Formats: sequence, structure tokens, C-alpha cells
Amino acid sequence: MISVKNLYKSFGKIEVLKGIDVQIERGEVVCVIGPSGSGKSTFLRCLNWLEEPDQGDIILDGVSMTEHKKDIDKLRQKAGMVFQQFNLFPNLTVLENITLAPVKALHLQPKQAEENAVRLLARVGLEEKASAYPNRLSGGQKQRVAIARALAMNPEIMLFDEPTSALDPEMVGEVLDVMKELAKSGMTMVVVTHEMGFAREVADRVLYMDEGVIYEQGTPTEIFVTPKKPRTKEFLSKVL
Amino acid sequence: MFEALIRSFSDMIYLALIKEDRFNFLVNGFVVSVQLTFSAAVIGVALGLVIAIFKIRNKGATAAFANAYITVIRGTPAVVQLTVIYFVILAKSGLPAMLIASIAFGLNSAAYVAEIVRGGIMAVDKGQTEAGRSLGLSSLQTMRYIVIPQAVKNVLPALGNEFIVLLKETSIAGYISIVDLNKGGQHISSITYNGMVAPLCVAYIYLLMTTSMASALDRLERRMRAGD
Repeated sequence: MISVKNLYKSFGKIEVLKGIDVQIERGEVVCVIGPSGSGKSTFLRCLNWLEEPDQGDIILDGVSMTEHKKDIDKLRQKAGMVFQQFNLFPNLTVLENITLAPVKALHLQPKQAEENAVRLLARVGLEEKASAYPNRLSGGQKQRVAIARALAMNPEIMLFDEPTSALDPEMVGEVLDVMKELAKSGMTMVVVTHEMGFAREVADRVLYMDEGVIYEQGTPTEIFVTPKKPRTKEFLSKVL
Repeated sequence: MFEALIRSFSDMIYLALIKEDRFNFLVNGFVVSVQLTFSAAVIGVALGLVIAIFKIRNKGATAAFANAYITVIRGTPAVVQLTVIYFVILAKSGLPAMLIASIAFGLNSAAYVAEIVRGGIMAVDKGQTEAGRSLGLSSLQTMRYIVIPQAVKNVLPALGNEFIVLLKETSIAGYISIVDLNKGGQHISSITYNGMVAPLCVAYIYLLMTTSMASALDRLERRMRAGD
């Protein structure tokens, strides 16, 4: 589905990613955990080219992103992204937020895009908010709309960048529930998260990142119950 | 005594405005000022947008041009720019003074509009662009549907202010023999040997124009604030 080869990325003199190799299979749910500054978000943002890697390649569905930089808009349509800060468009209603890209980028008929949007809103439990503006929504509702917006492009993979970190605690659950349902439906997902409970319950595989590399990886049990390497153990002892 | 004062006051008004339909100097001048402001605003916004984009892209010759342009325009008085364009740069062009003045005021306004627009675009959260791009929209589509509408809302107050400044700035059009509102008032003063009524009328008309522009912008702003 997506394979990452020897990825390097620096910001100025700071080397953030120091050689990442990983393969993600269709339908797999991969959670990425690790201390802040370990490169988790940068890694995720490289997956849909929001950050351009300095070296290495990402192959999405057999297409090398390095070799097809000009088609990046088309390639990005295959990867939906959900941000920590939601990034809903405040100048558009909830429904318009969801239909904008399908109409403008996929050239769907507006009516068809709207029907899809209403269906997706129902799926995240917000059909009554279709005509509201984002500023009228709570954080949890915003994030659920953001998920619906990404799904409207029919992506093959969904990328989540700390989707619950900006939420009040009582709203984390509603967003995680939507993500769980999504995982169950067979969506391929890469989730950067601090929600260890979610990673444990939903992930097929957990990547522990530290200092710009994937330091240890395995099933949730392998990582959370029987971690092998010292820094993984140390990190988990702090967060669990 | 008091009656005499009233009498002389009404005489002055009669002389300045009523006799020989002299109020027409003010009416025609008003129309000229509005035309100048409007055409200069159109040129200023169009050119200002281009210069703002040059500055934001920050690449090579276009960025250097934008910076030089803004430096020169902001660094010299508008009245000097107007006279230089009229008497030097376009002296031999044979273009009507109104057109030259529209160009001069438009070129002047563009520099300020460019800085306003640039500020407005930069103030839109980077996450908005990232969200648009991550959905597969091109950078142009992201600009057009997401960034620019939010930027417009950000810059509307400053842009409205610039139009008000522009209107007042056009009062120097008399330097190149255009009879705008200000010059029309001066005509009345010199015909009647009375420098009191006409300037007060001119001031009042400018004030009426600027306050109605301000309230129109206020209404527009409130309507655009639907999503906040």
C-alpha cells in the first residue's frame, strides 16, 4: 500500500528524520508513538508530501512520489489527513467544508457531493450541523467534521496527526470512537498519538519513534507489555 | 447689529453658491473627485494584488521589482509623484489629465494596497493551506477558495481606510489643472473674493463622503463576519 524508503529530513541544521524504512499494508492500522521531538509528525507529514523529504522515497500504490512530484495533487487525494488543530475552513459551512475538494478536485456534481457529505456527516453523528459554521462547533465536533471532510475524497489511507491532543478531555472519546469505527471498516490508517489506550486497543502495529528513527516496532502487546529496548521501556514507564 | 450679521452671512452664501449657479463648481468637482477615486482604486487594487503576490512568492526579479516599487512610492509625496508623472513621464503622451491623474493615484495606492494585502494573506493560518493541499486541491485552488476569502475579511478595514485616504489624496489633482471638489471651491473663493464659505462647504462635502464610505464598509464587514 505505502512503503517508505530511507527517509531523511532536516530543518536547517536540525536533522529530524534519520533514515526511516517502513511498509504499511492495506487495511492495517499503525500507531506511531514516541517522545515529542522524535520526528513522528514530520514523518506523517512526509507521507503526503506536506514536508518534502531531503532524501529517500515514498511509494504509494506502486507510484513513487519522488518521481511524480508534478502529480502531487492527484497523489494527495489518495491520502486523507486529519490535523491536531482541525484546520476546518472558517469561511465555509460544515457542508461546504466537506464538498469543496470533491467538487473542485474530483469534479463531482455538487448534488452528488452534497449527498455524500450528508452521508458522511451521519456517519460521524453530525448530520444536524451541515449548515453551521465551524466556529459554532465544539472541538470534538470540529475534529469529526475534519474526518468526514478527509473521507469525502475517498482516500485509500487516512493519516492522523495527534487528532485528540488539542481537545478537552471529555471530547477525546467521541473522536476516538469515530476512528475506531473507521478502523473496523477496514480503512488503512497511520495515527500519531499520545492516546496509549487507543493504540493498544485498535492498532495492528505500533511504531515507537525516538531521535528520528523507528527505534522499536511490534504488535501492541509486544510494545506495551514486553518492550525489548531500553529507551522504549523508559518512555513507556513515564506515560503508562 | 445681529440682523446685520445675519444679512451679511446670507449675502456671502448667496454670492458663493446661488448667484450664477456657482454651486455647480462644487457639484462638478464632487463628480470629478468621485471618478478619480473610483478609477484610482480599481487600478490600485489590481496592481496592488500583483505586487503583493510578487512579494509573497519572493523570487528573483519580480520580488526585487515589488520592493523597489514600494520603496519609491512610499518614500515620495503623492503630489510630487503626480506632477512628475504629468509634467515629465507622460508629458508628451497627449493623454487627458483625468486619465493621467487616475493612473498616478492608482500607482500610488497600489503600493499601500500591496502591503495591506500581503499582511492579510500572511495572517491566514498556515494550517488552512495545508488542509487545502492535503485534500488534493492545487495551490491556486487553495489560494482562491480558502486563503483569499479569509484574507479579504482580514484586510477589509485597512483597505477601506486606504480608500478614504485615497479620496482625500485626490484633492491635490488641482496641481495638474483638474477641477476636482477642492479646486472647484478655490474657484468660487477667487471669483467672490471670499475665502470662507467655499472651503467650509468643501470640507463638509469631503466629510460626508468619507463618513458614508466608512459606514458602507462597516456594513460590508459585518455581513462578511458570518463565519466568526
